Amino acid sequence: MTNTLHRYGNERNLSNDFIVFAIPCRGYNDKDSVPKLKRFLRTATKYNPVNLGDGSHGGAYRPSKNLNPTAHWSRENKPDFETVIEGVDTPTTVAAVFDNIRAVEEFVAELQKEDLGLSINISALIDRAQECCDDVGIARHSVEYSLGFMGQTDRLADRQVMELSTMCGHGMISFNFARKMIDWVKEGRRTPEQACNYFSRFCSCGIFNPTRAKEILEEARRRNS
Amino acid sequence: MIIDPKKCVACGNCVAVCPMGAIHINPETKRATVNQDECVECYTCFRGMSTEHLNPTMVRTIRKIGSWFRWRFDPEPDVCPTAAITEQELAWPRIVRRAFSDPVVPHESTGVHGRGTEEVKTNDVTNRVGPNDAGFTVEFGRPTVGVRFWQIQEMTTALARMGIEFEKRNPVTSLMTDTTTGEIRTDILNEKILSAIVEFKTTLANAPAVLQKIKEVARALDTIVAVGAAARCDEQGENRLEELLIREGFTFNRGKTNLGLGRPSPSAEMEIAQARATVG
Repeated sequence: MTNTLHRYGNERNLSNDFIVFAIPCRGYNDKDSVPKLKRFLRTATKYNPVNLGDGSHGGAYRPSKNLNPTAHWSRENKPDFETVIEGVDTPTTVAAVFDNIRAVEEFVAELQKEDLGLSINISALIDRAQECCDDVGIARHSVEYSLGFMGQTDRLADRQVMELSTMCGHGMISFNFARKMIDWVKEGRRTPEQACNYFSRFCSCGIFNPTRAKEILEEARRRNS
Repeated sequence: MIIDPKKCVACGNCVAVCPMGAIHINPETKRATVNQDECVECYTCFRGMSTEHLNPTMVRTIRKIGSWFRWRFDPEPDVCPTAAITEQELAWPRIVRRAFSDPVVPHESTGVHGRGTEEVKTNDVTNRVGPNDAGFTVEFGRPTVGVRFWQIQEMTTALARMGIEFEKRNPVTSLMTDTTTGEIRTDILNEKILSAIVEFKTTLANAPAVLQKIKEVARALDTIVAVGAAARCDEQGENRLEELLIREGFTFNRGKTNLGLGRPSPSAEMEIAQARATVG
């Protein structure tokens, strides 16, 4: 899945947006990969990720199917990493999202030592991923470059909506919802953190970066893109 | 997806949530309604929204009284108060919408979730894209615009004429009736999906012409096309594709980097060796 490749943004607001993911290769190393995927996620938690995800079950922020009415005034908003880790039960892509390069480097260095045998990828600004590789002492094996959007680009939304919506690479955050949340934050109806929690729950593989989203919403509160 | 009119209280929360904009409040019935042709069965509304299980009559009454005084209740925007969103049983060809739109459902053809492709994320294991290759992912419909298969076919038939090699382990390839022509099976051509990725490789020498063709076809399609280009790096971590892309006028800052830490399991290595010996 190219769910992180085309995250939209500028160099500034993408520079501290990192997704590290492990993916088993079907027919090559997917059998018996579940314990390794769990180990990947558990190791990630040592480096303060801002989100964790399992492509089959969801991220660290999940919707609830049995809310009671008091939820409109008080709602659980903390990420639940343990549920993500324990819920991995099938070969799938798992991801850890970080908001600083130091954490990524330390995590990748430990993954090297762990030698899980699974493919590990960093989705980020190319230069920042290269910087991480250089600092850890790894030569890049392969790179995929995002060449951007073509076609009827007038169907795309404005910059801030794009930055928020494309953070869920599977398209689970609609333009309309991103616009609605920007407006609600501007109107003072919700804080940026509350809006980020809503977004995070829609992202079904847990690659949404709430730290980056908060920054985008803070900026959107003050001015249009 | 359907919204149960007995339960729906027309709060409007689901309207903004739908990536396709397929939900609206019908002014006559005063219920949320899904445009079935635009709905891609992505399950964003069904799975992504939290739910309460309030009594619909009670909620409608409260909302009615509130509207007389223009009181605005400020509910959580990602909640359906009455769990009115209801999945329906999907048959062919509509079921293909969910396969390509709901990232939690693995693609039957590849067993991979999401868009169903591994691309260069597992290139350290498969070596599918070699040092003289350029790997491509051409994604349609994202973000949140959607695409129909006949639009994808416009691209696949154009690319097939350029001597590219479609990736076999890809859900779109599995729906082609003929990979030499890029034609897709006719019974799904009008099905709308959230997005799909066409994956293929070609030689580095052929890459500039392929890129121009992608741009040309994309211009004529009423959807969004997002392109990724992939390369195998050398021992120093460098590759020839990056310079080629810059020469062709592309700018880029984001990408995915495969760290080369993956490998086939010992049992898989034995099977691969045995298969090679049999073929040899």
